[in-house]
Amino acid sequence: MSAVDHTTSEQHGTSAPEGPDTPEVVFRTLGVTKVYDTGEVQVHALAGVDLTLFSGELTVLLGPSGSGKSTLLNILGGLDHVTNGRVWFGDTELTDLSDRGLTRYRRDHVGFVFQFYNLVPSLTARENVQLVTDIAPDPMPAHEALELVGLGHRMDHFPSEMSGGEQQRVAIARAIAKRPRILLCDEPTGALDSSTGVQVLEALRQINERFGTTTVVITHNAEIQRMAHRVIFFQDGQISETRVNETRIAPSEIVW
Amino acid sequence: MRAIDRKLLRDFKRLWIQAAAIAIVMACGVAILLTSVGMYNALSETRAAYYERNRFAEVFVHARRAPQSILSEVAAIDGVLQIEARITGYAVLDIPGRIESGMGHIISLPEYGDPLLNQPLLYSGRFPDPSSRDEILVNVPFAEANNLSQGSTVSATLNGRKRELTIVGTALSPEFIYTIGPGSLMPDNETFGVLWMPHVATAAAFDMTGAFNDLSLVLTHNARTEPVIDALDDLLEPFGGLGAHDRSRQISEAFLDAELSQLKGMAMVVPPIFFAIAAFLVSMVMGRIIALERSEIGLLKAVGYSNVEVCLHYLMLAVLIGAAGVVVGWVAGFALARTTALQYAKFFDFPYVIFQVSYWIYAAAALAGLLTTSLGAARSALKAANLDPAIAMQPPAPPRFKRTIIDRIIDGMRLSQPTIMIFRSLLRWPVRSAMTSLGLAFSVATVIATSYITDAMDEIVDVAFYLSNRQDAMVLFSEDVPESAVEDVLDLPGVLVAEGQQFHAAILRNGHLEKHVSIEARHPDADLSRVVDADKRVLTAPPGGVLLATRLAEQIDAQVGDVIEAEFLTGKRETFDLTVVGLTTQHIGLGAYMDQDYLNRLFRQEPRVSTVNIEIDENRLPELHRAIKDTPEISGLIEMNDNRRSFEETIDQNVSVMNGIYIVVAILITIGVAYNGARIQLSERSRELASLRILGFGRGEVSYILVGETMFLAVLAQPAGWLIGTWIASAMTSGFTSDLYAIPLVLTPRSFALGSLVVLIAAFASAMVVRRRLDRLNLVEVMKTRE
Ligand SMILES: Nc1ncnc2c1ncn2[C@@H]1O[C@H](COP(=O)(O)OP(=O)(O)O)[C@@H](O)[C@H]1O
Ligand SMILES: [Mg+2]
Repeated sequence: MSAVDHTTSEQHGTSAPEGPDTPEVVFRTLGVTKVYDTGEVQVHALAGVDLTLFSGELTVLLGPSGSGKSTLLNILGGLDHVTNGRVWFGDTELTDLSDRGLTRYRRDHVGFVFQFYNLVPSLTARENVQLVTDIAPDPMPAHEALELVGLGHRMDHFPSEMSGGEQQRVAIARAIAKRPRILLCDEPTGALDSSTGVQVLEALRQINERFGTTTVVITHNAEIQRMAHRVIFFQDGQISETRVNETRIAPSEIVW
Repeated sequence: MRAIDRKLLRDFKRLWIQAAAIAIVMACGVAILLTSVGMYNALSETRAAYYERNRFAEVFVHARRAPQSILSEVAAIDGVLQIEARITGYAVLDIPGRIESGMGHIISLPEYGDPLLNQPLLYSGRFPDPSSRDEILVNVPFAEANNLSQGSTVSATLNGRKRELTIVGTALSPEFIYTIGPGSLMPDNETFGVLWMPHVATAAAFDMTGAFNDLSLVLTHNARTEPVIDALDDLLEPFGGLGAHDRSRQISEAFLDAELSQLKGMAMVVPPIFFAIAAFLVSMVMGRIIALERSEIGLLKAVGYSNVEVCLHYLMLAVLIGAAGVVVGWVAGFALARTTALQYAKFFDFPYVIFQVSYWIYAAAALAGLLTTSLGAARSALKAANLDPAIAMQPPAPPRFKRTIIDRIIDGMRLSQPTIMIFRSLLRWPVRSAMTSLGLAFSVATVIATSYITDAMDEIVDVAFYLSNRQDAMVLFSEDVPESAVEDVLDLPGVLVAEGQQFHAAILRNGHLEKHVSIEARHPDADLSRVVDADKRVLTAPPGGVLLATRLAEQIDAQVGDVIEAEFLTGKRETFDLTVVGLTTQHIGLGAYMDQDYLNRLFRQEPRVSTVNIEIDENRLPELHRAIKDTPEISGLIEMNDNRRSFEETIDQNVSVMNGIYIVVAILITIGVAYNGARIQLSERSRELASLRILGFGRGEVSYILVGETMFLAVLAQPAGWLIGTWIASAMTSGFTSDLYAIPLVLTPRSFALGSLVVLIAAFASAMVVRRRLDRLNLVEVMKTRE
């Protein structure tokens, strides 16, 4: 296992050193483990993860199914708790936060995109976005978010009236409408075919470039790594390799 | 509006049939609560106001003939505030335009000024002139039933003298809210009237100048009733006092009070059952919704909605359902209360009804409704609040089916695959299946419990009218007459059979327990009026003792063989020790029966009779009536046929309205339970059922799984429903028992069959409605969508 470049030497509880040319650290984890106790067997979903993510970067998490990617993403997003280890968001230690604190954190800072879109079927595209703008501190108007993902013309359609790609773009609009500091996407193209998948990736890249939103994308499609600033490889609940891309390609060049 | 609230409204709209099915059950509870509490309040407040304003007396006593000189002694009794002495009696009435004779209850009005107590409330016309000899005031229902108005005349045989009386006004009185004639079971305003006459005229007519026979009293604020009653009884002893009593034995008040306690019982027992069923339905539906919306719950939490917000979101859905039920219940309750009020107006003669269901009752009903639905949803809503978002986003683990002994039994039965699926699902949700079955059982019980009333009433009518009192009419005399009067009655035109009977007011005592009763004495061979017990056996009171109604014996704790003391308030007013020679179960009244010859011997008197029961040749009825109206000794004729007719008509009407209402209620509960149950099953199994269709099972076979499960639960519900129905019926039987009547527990196979039929059909229809959705199931869509 190769060590993770930036974080290995740091002390517990201190912030990352921020030199003039080092980008701001958004996430930092230290020895994070996650054990699921299913009664019969203990599943070590995460077996000691040390990681640092930087502001404005688009990071791709790659790894086989069951390697712990979603578990990590959920912990970063404040959806799940660690078994051991610590997690910081900027200066805030997430592992110290109460349930209420985590809810606040999600509400104010995190945007989620899931593999199965998770739109509320009884709400239109616009209303699905409003679900978030209703409670976020500084949201953009719902229609603006939808226009950003190219769905300005389908705002009043229900999820059942839209294709998978469109639904996923609504989900992205919903995630970005609150102007989140971070955007966490769990296999956003997993349920989509190649060309619709590309549209979704294109939307993600645009958001990342335009707003500088720190973005984490989980995938098990190796091709997608080529659009990332940074690629983290997962294996058996641990980071097996971290790679920084010198050159990135546009999503439109990706095929699968 | 916030998007999450919009989701709430859309969910509610999508679920509206299920919501409506629950809301209607809730509405039934709210409506019945409003109706019974509303009616209870209306009746008791009206009664209180009426009694207060018209100075209804608190203590009553009747005597044979007491001199007015003792009134000062009565007034001096400690605790007596006001007294009023009156002359009352009965008269045979010849009502214009009627062949049958009627009966009048004559009451004297004071010589000077207005009545102090039991003041008639003038409705039309005026009070009679105190000095007139033929002016009367009559009670409104009697006037209306006979089309009598100011200036109409009625001829009355008063104490043997026939005279024309002129109606100068109509009135209502707190003494006659329930206006029932002597010996009747139901008010019959056509043949029974109250006639108020000036004192002088009444005294002259009944030979009571300087005397009175009826006394009413009002006590001071803190006075205790019993000492006053005892003092009164001592004072009136020499003058044939019949025993003073408080309001509870005043006949109109006794009926009114029995009605009020029934309403109260209904308000306390029935609505909670509906609320409980509604709560169960809500919990069943909400449980399913939470299961279906797992990922949406996860999403709401992921984007930052707090646990409290999520919990409230789902609670609100239940509150909406509850609110719909409450509003429908309010409207239905308002209408139902009005209908019931009208129904009551037929029985009770109130001058006005203070019918205002106060806001707090509406509020309390709403609160109860919303609380129960919220309670029903609480478990699911809390589950939603506690759902871990990370887990919520994952598809739920498939339910675990474990092989149990029951599975082995099922295997052993070699059932078809669809049947096995039905059983597995029942076993997988044992609580839900049991509750569904219980809900349906309550529907069955509802029908049985109401239908039982019909059967019980039929039984009462059968025993009271066709087995016990088979006479066509009773001839009353103003005083007991020698037994030779029976011969005279037999000589009247159209009288086929005549049998004499004696009635005596008496106090029965056993130890410290005592009870005012009316003792009936007759000859053992009497054939028209007989004692018939609940098993329909004819009993005769053997000489040498007294035969008691079981409820009476219980009240004075007397058993067969015990010797009890009987103080007779009529005749020679002597006290005897009587042996209880037998018991008989009776539905109406608290009867005590003796052999007539034995009684005459005890009294050392020539045989006498109080009434003569007769059988009449229908064809000569007009002739008989004419003769009776002209026979001075006869003070009244009670036509049992009229009585039977009015009793049966009223009962029929009431009971069929009530039966109708409760059958509808049972159907609504069944639909609420069965429809929701089937919908939830369909929702849980649409994938499974679609898979079967894809595998080549026919529509019928797949529907069988859905409808079969509902019907299996419905069939299971039957024995439970019969049991609960029997239990409710017996609870009603003991709850409705008063001194006036006891409702027999008569359960017929017809009631059980009706309950089962109604529920099975309604359950089947509900399942079939859900089945229609199965036909529309888009197989491809179902298989593609993720649960
Ligand atoms: N709620 C859970 N209970 C038990 N095991 C779980 C649970 N969630 C995830 N796991 C297990 O944890 C491991 C990592 O899962 P996950 O993070 O979803 O992997 P990935 O997203 O990389 O496919 C897997 O073995 C998975 O089975
Ligand atoms: Mg995953």
